[in-house]
Amino acid sequence: MLEIRDLHVCVEDRDRLKGLDLAIRPGEVHAIMGPNGSGKSTLSHVIAGREGYQVTGGSITMDGRDIFGMEPEERARAGVFLAFQYPVEIAGVTMSTFLRTAVNAHRKSRGEAELDPLQFVKLLRTKTKALGIGEAMLKRPVNVGFSGGEKKRNEVLQMALLEPTMAVMDETDSGLDIDALKVVADGINVLRDPGRSFLLITHYQRLLTYVVPDHVHILAGGRIVRSGGKELALELESKGYAGLVPAAA
Amino acid sequence: MGAAEQTIRDVQATGLERYKYGFVTDIEQEMAPKGLNEDIIRFISAKKKEPEWLLEWRLKAYRAWLEMPEPDWSKVNFPPIDYQDAYYYAAPKQKDGPQSLDEVDPELLATYEKLGIPLSEQKVLAGVVAVDAVFDSVSVATTFKEKLHEAGVIFCSLSEAVEKHPELVRKYLGSVVPYADNKHACLNSAVFTDGSFVYVPEGVRCPMELSTYFRINAEKTGQFERTLIIAERGSYVSYLEGCTAPMRDENQLHAAVVELIALDDAEIKYSTVQNWYPGDEEGKGGIYNFVTKRGACRGRNSKISWTQVETGSAVTWKYPSCILQGDNSVGEFYSVAITNNYQQADTGTKMIHIGKNTRSRIISKGISAGHSNNTYRGLVRMLPGAENARNYTQCDSLLIGEQCGAHTVPYIESRNQTAQVEHEATTSKVSDEQLFYCRQRGIDQEEALSLIVNGFCRQVLQELPMEFAVEAQKLVGISLEGSVG
Repeated sequence: MLEIRDLHVCVEDRDRLKGLDLAIRPGEVHAIMGPNGSGKSTLSHVIAGREGYQVTGGSITMDGRDIFGMEPEERARAGVFLAFQYPVEIAGVTMSTFLRTAVNAHRKSRGEAELDPLQFVKLLRTKTKALGIGEAMLKRPVNVGFSGGEKKRNEVLQMALLEPTMAVMDETDSGLDIDALKVVADGINVLRDPGRSFLLITHYQRLLTYVVPDHVHILAGGRIVRSGGKELALELESKGYAGLVPAAA
Repeated sequence: MGAAEQTIRDVQATGLERYKYGFVTDIEQEMAPKGLNEDIIRFISAKKKEPEWLLEWRLKAYRAWLEMPEPDWSKVNFPPIDYQDAYYYAAPKQKDGPQSLDEVDPELLATYEKLGIPLSEQKVLAGVVAVDAVFDSVSVATTFKEKLHEAGVIFCSLSEAVEKHPELVRKYLGSVVPYADNKHACLNSAVFTDGSFVYVPEGVRCPMELSTYFRINAEKTGQFERTLIIAERGSYVSYLEGCTAPMRDENQLHAAVVELIALDDAEIKYSTVQNWYPGDEEGKGGIYNFVTKRGACRGRNSKISWTQVETGSAVTWKYPSCILQGDNSVGEFYSVAITNNYQQADTGTKMIHIGKNTRSRIISKGISAGHSNNTYRGLVRMLPGAENARNYTQCDSLLIGEQCGAHTVPYIESRNQTAQVEHEATTSKVSDEQLFYCRQRGIDQEEALSLIVNGFCRQVLQELPMEFAVEAQKLVGISLEGSVG
């Protein structure tokens, strides 16, 4: 699915990733944990193709295809989804218009007919219920005035609609109370599928009790310093980053 | 915003250049000699078989025009106009005026077809819009006359109105925009060749949207149409105009005048989608759009609402205004002005509060891209009699890129203690975060921009009649093409 090899990235002349290797197979859920400034968000942005990051070495391939030659929208249509840590507000554009435009962009790229507003509403209804998203929210402008929980649920809704094969969740758990966290985690669990991989980027073990990962990696100083199973997250929780990776703390 | 996608796709599919209305129709024209003098004005007036009073009025306007300086207070720059190097009368050649659409030159109909105007009556019958089409200087065909006639609504070319309803024309023409109002209005009064005329009798709600499409086709011609709309007591009318012109290297002048009169309890809604040729990417060519539009709320409880979507023209100088004379009358101005490449727009409104409890609302959205400059200029004036009058103004500017400018110039004058004036203004940029967020969802860059800008304009676009709102959304996307990336 996604294969990252010896990835080096710098931002404004500062090295952020220094030789990162990661291979995610179809259907796997990987968690990347790390302290502030370890390069977690850099990794998610580089996968999605955000400007401002200079790749100085290494490669990322998706299903064997080099993604560095692809525009962000092409990566998205090829199955890469990024749930944003800070979802962006777009005034005057209603959620439903935004979602329909996105879904139709994906359909168009697959050579499928676009959905008209009525067809789209039907599709939307099947997805909103599970996430506790009401009709009223869909009429509001994208993320404008949304609470932290609403913003994150909205990201999960977008994922549910776009059905990516590689979903990167950038600190989707941050700023959520326990109820909101459960809703979001349930939303992710429902989408777990042999054909869909997840990369969960998080500070805390908390999310991982609800979304149980297959692999856990610890990112520090721009590279993965330890990998293990779900128990690694628990070990980290008890020992802290300093206890596990003294050099990086 | 399926519409935006739709258009971008349509335009790409057709493989046409960005300005898809840039074609020229090869049609035989009847033209007056080049240049401007009293003889030309007499020629125009004679061509139109006008009464003596109208010729006199034109000549007075012409003489005032000679004396008057060009307005120099707006933030636009262009070389001096050589008024003698233009034609002031160009009409599709025809022996007699067309009696029905069958007699209209098929080339002309084909042009309107290309412009997407439902001109042929079969088509129009299926729709709800009555259309008057002005090609260069002359009104070509007014559809749907019968149905309007039953309702008592007069909708015809101004020339026809001069002939058939001279008393109405004489009473109202120049009563809102006097012939000596400003340099451009003077010129229009002297040489106007046609335009639309609407009269809605007392208590009548006009049964359909009225619409005029303006088209400049001939080379080196100015277009000087004049529109006059009168809404009698308790009547309602919604009117829409759209404009296009071929792509030419030279600048062409468009100096129109629109006068609206709303009597007691009457309401006029006037919408414009202006898409004159804006010039090329280097700023060569394009239309000079110097327009005087003004509405008089003469009656109590009357209302005039202007909605404009200005995307075209090389230079726009335009301030649709309301004179709120009747007590409790309401004036509204909703505007989207988009400038790209080297376009310049100086546009806004004037709200003159005269009567008691008069209210006005101004919502202006300016979008600048490329090397363009976009200025909102608005006057709110509260006169001594304007007890408890209110104004609310909101001006938002959006910048795309680093080379463009947005300017907001509000003038507020209050001579009544009880009047309230509110002004809010914001300036923002389309952020990289917004674009990236959209693109990460699979939406390509141009469509993302169109989506964001349409969101920014939503408050104004939703004021347009439904079928035109869709059109306007498309235009927003098209006019910003090439401004990011």
